[in-house]
Amino acid sequence: MTDDRPISWQALQARTSARIGLARAGNTISGAAVREFQYAHVRARHAVSITLDINQLNLSLPHIEVESRAGDRDEYVRRPDLGRQLSDTSRESLPHGRYDIVFVIADGLSALAAQQQGPAVLAAVIPLLADWCIAPLVVAQRARVALGDEIATCLGARCVVMMIGERPGLRCAESMSLYMTWNPKVGMRDSGRNCISNIHGHGGLSAMTAASSLVWLLKMARMRNYSGVNLKDETCTIEQTVRPDGQKMLLDRTDQ
Amino acid sequence: MSYHAFLGGEKFCFSSLKQVLAYASPYRSGDELAGVAAPDPLQRIGAREALANIPLRTFLNEVPVPYETDEVTRLIIDSHDAAAFAPVAHMTVGDLRDWLLDHETDGATLAALAPGLTAEMVAAVSKLMRNQDLVAVARKITVRTAFRNTQGLPGCMGSRLQPNHPVDSLPGIAASMLDGLLLGVGDAVVGINPASDNMANASDILHMLEDVRVRYDIPIQTCLLTHVTNTLQLMERNAPVDLVFQSISGTQEANAGFGISLSVLSEAYMASQSLGRGTLGTNTMYFETGQGSALSADAHHGMDQQTAEVRAYAVARAFSPLLVNTVVGFIGPEYLYDGKQIIRAGLEDHFCGKLMGLPMGCDVCYTNHAEVDQDDMDNLMMLLCTAGINFLIAVPGSDDIMLNYQSLSYHDIQTLRSLFGVRAAPEFEEWLVAREMVDAKGRIRVNSPSIFSGIIPCND
Repeated sequence: MTDDRPISWQALQARTSARIGLARAGNTISGAAVREFQYAHVRARHAVSITLDINQLNLSLPHIEVESRAGDRDEYVRRPDLGRQLSDTSRESLPHGRYDIVFVIADGLSALAAQQQGPAVLAAVIPLLADWCIAPLVVAQRARVALGDEIATCLGARCVVMMIGERPGLRCAESMSLYMTWNPKVGMRDSGRNCISNIHGHGGLSAMTAASSLVWLLKMARMRNYSGVNLKDETCTIEQTVRPDGQKMLLDRTDQ
Repeated sequence: MSYHAFLGGEKFCFSSLKQVLAYASPYRSGDELAGVAAPDPLQRIGAREALANIPLRTFLNEVPVPYETDEVTRLIIDSHDAAAFAPVAHMTVGDLRDWLLDHETDGATLAALAPGLTAEMVAAVSKLMRNQDLVAVARKITVRTAFRNTQGLPGCMGSRLQPNHPVDSLPGIAASMLDGLLLGVGDAVVGINPASDNMANASDILHMLEDVRVRYDIPIQTCLLTHVTNTLQLMERNAPVDLVFQSISGTQEANAGFGISLSVLSEAYMASQSLGRGTLGTNTMYFETGQGSALSADAHHGMDQQTAEVRAYAVARAFSPLLVNTVVGFIGPEYLYDGKQIIRAGLEDHFCGKLMGLPMGCDVCYTNHAEVDQDDMDNLMMLLCTAGINFLIAVPGSDDIMLNYQSLSYHDIQTLRSLFGVRAAPEFEEWLVAREMVDAKGRIRVNSPSIFSGIIPCND
């Protein structure tokens, strides 16, 4: 009962990196595809343990390095509460001032994502914020999204953008999210943030597109003096990602 | 109020009902993180002994979050049905556990009881039940709902087709949707988690889903899982909205963390009802939940995560949902550490949802920072199928390329249908047969994608 034009799995697989059109063995998936999946799983598991190498960021801008209260990657994964608080030394290393915005490159659950995408997004955004007073860049180790609230408070910044590695997936272990928070405060709700997710080079959002979405959001947030679920993305282009938290249950892929 | 129990001559004391509940919960990382878990295994067993002896009536008087400051508590207390409660009003929590398992306690009895049980009573009794008890009692309960097909019929198990894409590419979403339909998945809902909350993008996705459904005359419902306030705006703009989705939690404060309240849910419920798009039924809401959401929002009020979770079901049942599912392993190892904890939580959530009277499903899933693998998911899907779950979620090859986690595959749904004899919703099954997608033995054929090539938008 074919009532449409013929189409091949190959043509469909060109449209998405999803595991579609898998060969079957009875009801289930063929052995080759199962083994490939297991290989991808082990690789994604490994990606969680990789630490952020600041030298790999190749930063030309002056920056301040901070860390959370989580002592190592293992504690970081188990203790989200510690990942949301600055260590004492880090808190003292942040000079208080008056800034419109602070950008934070943070490892999250994929340090590789932050390394690969963070500098690229930053380079695209900064030239578009000519009239903004931008705080020194912060690079954060073992950070959850909410660590940015404390960083912004210490620095005296009205807005924080966390550029943070997401949970590694099987197809892509290097995906980054941007979390924009206007008037950040320690202990604030996640509904007060906007998120741009899936920034990566495997069919995800490009750094350039993410940067232009972010700039639109920042301008709206500055005009309205808020961010979060009430700030709706009304831009016209398709390739925008502005997602208030809480869609697929519980926060986000970086697992605040 | 304080509670105590004696075991082997030792006295175990607890400062509140909330503490008894938390200590009685099976060990899990989220309760440890919250500092509410039993300090040692003996205290846990002591708490279960104390809990078994607490009368059910106590739960109407001692609430874990104050009535005055929490609208979820007010909903629970104000909607309690004393007449429905009457048959068990004289029981303790321990009595209730044994009575639930009794041969004489059948599905009709349990359905009639549901409005008489509060979330905390249901959470309490689950803590006295082993995994097999959670399966055995849940299996007795039928919760039927309908929109364009009928979900929850005895012998049936629905599936949600989840064709997500990292940049919401319409052809990409369509390709994953086509794959799922060819494998006979999607009767519960075709539901997309958008990567973006761009409103124009949301509208485009909804229109594409609607076009596919109408073009192939598929008896299903579709859903864009965006924030409820976005869906309200989409309905105002006449986008084709079948179901209203929202993530919900068990306290007012945790719901505020999601940017919602009971009143905004009511508003969306009323708006979706007025559209009248369901042909077989009027259940228009779809909720997702998951243990740990209240703690994650720092709004658990000292409750263990499983008790907080069941309170989310009290929120859900106020809106007669078509579908509710726990996203059990999505939250990560800080809350559910490994396969053992995720499997137990999945069985608890399904049992508690059903006992509350909800059309309970599950996203059998895990993240790559948890100590779990696909074997654990195989175990949980088979256990839930045995327990008579309403529906399960499936994605292409178990890999969600947008949310970066693993769920079940479309193929897993076929495996379960074959192993357990569970069928898709009858209206959807008829459609599969009419399209010649199943063979004479009722098995899904290896179908050609050309059957539905019209799904793929040409102008990308």
